[in-house]
Amino acid sequence: MTNTKYQTPALRAGASVTNIKFQIALVVLAIAVLVVPVPLTWAAPQERHVRIEASQFQFTPSVVSVNPGDKVTIDLTTTDVVHGLYVDDYGLNITADPGQTTRLTFVADKAGTFALRCFAPCGPLHPFMVGKLNVGPNWLLWRAMGVAGIAAFAGFWVLRK
Amino acid sequence: MMRYELTQIPWLKRLLVSRWPLFLARAVTLAGFVLTTVAGLIGSPVGSHNFAIIFVWIAWWTFLKLIALPFGGRAWCSICPIPAMGEWIQQGALVEPGGKGLGLGRQWPKRLRNVWLPTLGFGVIGLFSAVTLTQPRVTGWVLLGFILLAAVLSLVFERRAFCRHVCPIGGFIGLYSRVAPVEVRVRDRSVCAEHEDKTCVTGNAHGYGCPWQASPVSLTQNTNCGLCMECLRSCSRDNIVVNLRPFGADLAQRAGRSLDQAYFGFMMLGSVVIYSAVMLGTWGNLKTAAYNVGTPGWFIYVGVLLAFTLGVLPGLFLLAVRAGRALARSKASLKKAFIAQSHAIIPLGLMAWVAFTISFAFVKFSYVWSVLSDPFGWGWNLFGTAQLPWTPYLSSITPLLQVLALLGGLVWTSI
Repeated sequence: MTNTKYQTPALRAGASVTNIKFQIALVVLAIAVLVVPVPLTWAAPQERHVRIEASQFQFTPSVVSVNPGDKVTIDLTTTDVVHGLYVDDYGLNITADPGQTTRLTFVADKAGTFALRCFAPCGPLHPFMVGKLNVGPNWLLWRAMGVAGIAAFAGFWVLRK
Repeated sequence: MMRYELTQIPWLKRLLVSRWPLFLARAVTLAGFVLTTVAGLIGSPVGSHNFAIIFVWIAWWTFLKLIALPFGGRAWCSICPIPAMGEWIQQGALVEPGGKGLGLGRQWPKRLRNVWLPTLGFGVIGLFSAVTLTQPRVTGWVLLGFILLAAVLSLVFERRAFCRHVCPIGGFIGLYSRVAPVEVRVRDRSVCAEHEDKTCVTGNAHGYGCPWQASPVSLTQNTNCGLCMECLRSCSRDNIVVNLRPFGADLAQRAGRSLDQAYFGFMMLGSVVIYSAVMLGTWGNLKTAAYNVGTPGWFIYVGVLLAFTLGVLPGLFLLAVRAGRALARSKASLKKAFIAQSHAIIPLGLMAWVAFTISFAFVKFSYVWSVLSDPFGWGWNLFGTAQLPWTPYLSSITPLLQVLALLGGLVWTSI
């Protein structure tokens, strides 16, 4: 570890410039990780058929993954009380009575991760009954993890000083 | 560090010195509190149709976490209705000082002059959070319990003992108020040194002695400053100022760091992780376990919550501190290093709560319009908004805002 107490002013100034350059490089890298588009090609759009079973207070399966452009058909059934399904950002919703199946068909033309929410008050934990729709990879999560890694590295680097 | 003195603006200083703005704001919040409690106790048992659930856990919570706390520190405490009744009885006056108050005026026990009680209180709230957040009756009883406890403690102990030493939300706000860009401080310490009367502590005809039992001259951080402006009124040397300052200015302060504060920080950070798993996760069994109090699943949930917040998280941090000491060949006490460095998690904790709040603040906010028209869920339609359907706001940018908040907290903590 370098002890700055015994450095000459010129050496300290040089170290300071290096530090600033290094910090700027980290910030630029973090911004790049957050915003640079990733060129990816998808498989040709296909039809996806998903059966979701709703019960207090979860969807099964709780996570649905499709590719951008897929035509998605969701069959919603419930095993106990009336439940609904609302797809965040797509603004689509259906409800299903116990023993009945309700169908929702849409084209997954928005990439990202979207919450699936129960749309019909179904009990005390209704506000927290959620699932997930992944349309393509969850880039936001991966990018965030990348920046978190950079932040952790920066933290170690600051401590090293 | 750069400061801008807000009290140099004459009209603003007049506003802050006057008792009426805070009194009126408190009267409004007290009226809201009464309505909320009554709605909780006698209104619809369906949470989304009851003013108590929607206003406390969506509207007020969002206001507190996204605006009042990050930008105003303990600003909420200055208008909080919970201690109002007890304080008015204690002071024997509603607005101007000079009344003959009631109360034993005892000192708060020395052993409890810390934040262990708020830590315990927050932990207990966490154990029952899935119920409290969804059952209007429970929310109503909790609010009623809080205001009665605050009143009783005001009659027994001096000043705002409840706020400083008991209130879990007060402890929460105090911890994170250190990052807020507002502070009350003395202008010149030498003036205080020569001022024998210390009217900011003892009070005078213009203002009460600090209700939070803080001495303004020794204030180095916001934790125990309730922004009530009593010292601004009672200082006969005009030596109290309200400053704007950079965010997080208190975090560099070494004073006031203690094991209870450190543990409170871990309780906050751990709780928000567990709450996120329960309320934002897709695991129905976890939600059911947290809700069904007294069942084996609930006891497992309680065990995990307590073990994670009070054991695993501080334990991991302790290991990291120990590794840091070893790498730096430091001979500092491990306990002291743990306490000192635990302050690093404050920004991360605050931003984690901000991210958690963002997850439901906008998505659920439209419930507010319907309960405004029908606060008890009895079929009223006072403002014609009772039938407005639930509409999630800003759901397309909510995940991005959450990620930015968390990353901001992590970067802030790292540096």
